[in-house]
Amino acid sequence: MIPTLLRIARISLRRDRVAQIMTFVLPVAFFSIFAMVFGRASIESMPRIALAVVDEDRSLASGQLVAALKADSSLRVRDSVRAGGGRAALDRARAAELVRAGDFPAAVVIPSGWGAAFPGFGGTAVKVDMLRDVSDPVASQVVVGQLQRAAARLLQGDAASEPMVLVATRVTDLLGDPKRSGRMISFYAAGIAVMFLLFSCASGGGALLDEQESGTLERVLSTDVGMGTLLAGKWLHLTLLGALQILVMFAWGMLVFGLDLIGHLPGFAVMTAFTAAAAAGFGLVLATACRTRQQLSGIATLVILVMSALGGSMFPRFLMSEEMQRVGLLTFNAWALDGYVKVFWREAPLAELWPQLAVLAALTAAFLAIARLLARRWERA
Amino acid sequence: MTVSTPGEAAGAGPPIAAGPVLRVADAHKAFGAVPALAGASLTLARGELLALLGPNGAGKTTLLRAVAGRVRLDRGTVELAGRALAAAAPRRGLGIVPQEIALYPLLNARENLEVFGRLQGVPPPALHERVAEALDWTGLADRAREPVKNFSGGMKRRLNIACGVLHQPDVVLLDEPTVGVDPQSRERIYEMLAVLRAHGASLLLTTHQLEEAEARCDRVVIIDHGKVIAAGTLGELVERTLGGGRTVVLTLDRLPREPIAGFAATDGGARLAAEVADVGAELPALIERVRAAGCRVEDVEVRRHGLHEVFLKLTGKELRE
Repeated sequence: MIPTLLRIARISLRRDRVAQIMTFVLPVAFFSIFAMVFGRASIESMPRIALAVVDEDRSLASGQLVAALKADSSLRVRDSVRAGGGRAALDRARAAELVRAGDFPAAVVIPSGWGAAFPGFGGTAVKVDMLRDVSDPVASQVVVGQLQRAAARLLQGDAASEPMVLVATRVTDLLGDPKRSGRMISFYAAGIAVMFLLFSCASGGGALLDEQESGTLERVLSTDVGMGTLLAGKWLHLTLLGALQILVMFAWGMLVFGLDLIGHLPGFAVMTAFTAAAAAGFGLVLATACRTRQQLSGIATLVILVMSALGGSMFPRFLMSEEMQRVGLLTFNAWALDGYVKVFWREAPLAELWPQLAVLAALTAAFLAIARLLARRWERA
Repeated sequence: MTVSTPGEAAGAGPPIAAGPVLRVADAHKAFGAVPALAGASLTLARGELLALLGPNGAGKTTLLRAVAGRVRLDRGTVELAGRALAAAAPRRGLGIVPQEIALYPLLNARENLEVFGRLQGVPPPALHERVAEALDWTGLADRAREPVKNFSGGMKRRLNIACGVLHQPDVVLLDEPTVGVDPQSRERIYEMLAVLRAHGASLLLTTHQLEEAEARCDRVVIIDHGKVIAAGTLGELVERTLGGGRTVVLTLDRLPREPIAGFAATDGGARLAAEVADVGAELPALIERVRAAGCRVEDVEVRRHGLHEVFLKLTGKELRE
């Protein structure tokens, strides 16, 4: 009997492409993404850390320290800004602005008198100011280390020597304490919410396939309701449902984990509306592209998990290599999450959300156009 | 001796008025290289109950979908109440009852009726009353708040019909409205259709239940290979296809040793059938022939030709798969 039962299962699996993809392709795809993100985490493949440097000291030693930092291959140093026709040296205020805006994860300010006291041991040293973005705790750690290497190079001309604490730093958190403000919570709320939003929109879009199978689609299309109206109705429903889903996630974050939702309500509302609208369009594209519910569930799982991994729903994109970060921009998640991070971490005003909103709006329009095109198969034969 | 006769066309409806309410002329449709309709034509008279019959794949559903505007004809016309309809034109005067149970399973009976009523353009003030009437009509008033997924097959079928006619159409297309239901539900469904006719609707239904078509419908249209191959009342079809004869079936006390001339064996040889033009004149000779072969006649059945014989004669006995 058991061989007969095995035969049934074997034949069924052999003829079920979706099950094969879920069993063999999805795990391999996932493994590959994680391997690409973390497997090559050597210093060469690590993203170069953007560092703003302000030299208030303007001494010989500070100039050499800046030069040594610029020579460091793991850093991308900027010490000037465009001003009028030419370039002007960065000042402390402008550097703080750049960090706050998220352009640089850290800035180093070499204060006046630093060079005169360098190298100062035994408490005589002037501390270098480190302005760091708390959303990227790794970058500021790396910068502190590279600062010691640069100082060592200054003294000994030997970058390979064991670094010691040559440059004392005083760290200033520009965006406040993450634990206190619950900003890390907002990151995960957004990440997980967007991933599950995509799942629920794909599943909700699948109602079209259920209706096709049950005959209600044919029945509805036999009335005066056209395909455009039908899709618009489905899209609106999925958008509202998606927005509610994200709201529930953030409200839970606020009630249980202290996420500051009320303080960021306008940005949250705008991001949520645009994100839900685009995700609803995405769900309709998947549903109209698939022939059966089973096919939809397989393809949706594959596409959404891959997009979520690349787009930062599972781990922050700033931990990925620059190359992977660029690849991530091809995903829906990355743009949505960047928008939420701007709102909840960087306190960005609404106007600064325009790149994310523009991309999400363009994606919505593209998704709806594609879904409309694909839905033609259900129209008059 | 038992004499079975198929029922006469149901007289439940009002007298049929002249002038077709639906006319399909020279309908052609091919899906890729496969022709589904190859010049099918039919008319439905006002108040009529017309059965559209045909083997699987003959083109019945395609023809109904063309009338419903869901299939664009390659050639040919569809006229509703004398007005030619383009494929995309709205069909307010038409009610469609699909073969599938096209209901929302998580909505209850009342909610299904309400949403389909609205989609068919029933104005909100009239909707409440129409839904209440439909619940009575289907016998589902006491189950109105129960999700449809819990309903029996017969209940779903009745609701499926009601959801197609809330806008009180003049013409109702029903694609196999009684498939898969028990005899009680079937009876109830035909009672519902009689009420529709009494309110002035003309009905076109497809079915594989030939006895139903024979007993309930005014007229029959048989379609095969995308063309109408016969149309008329049962009597007309029988007369035209098989003539006015009868089939005589004799039940014998034992199997004859060798075939008896003029008979065809049925039911595994235990019964013999013969076609006769005049029962009274020919029956004694048939019985005598059986006696001569050494057998005794236990029972005699005289059958009038019915739709079953007409259908098989016209469409053949080969499977259509």
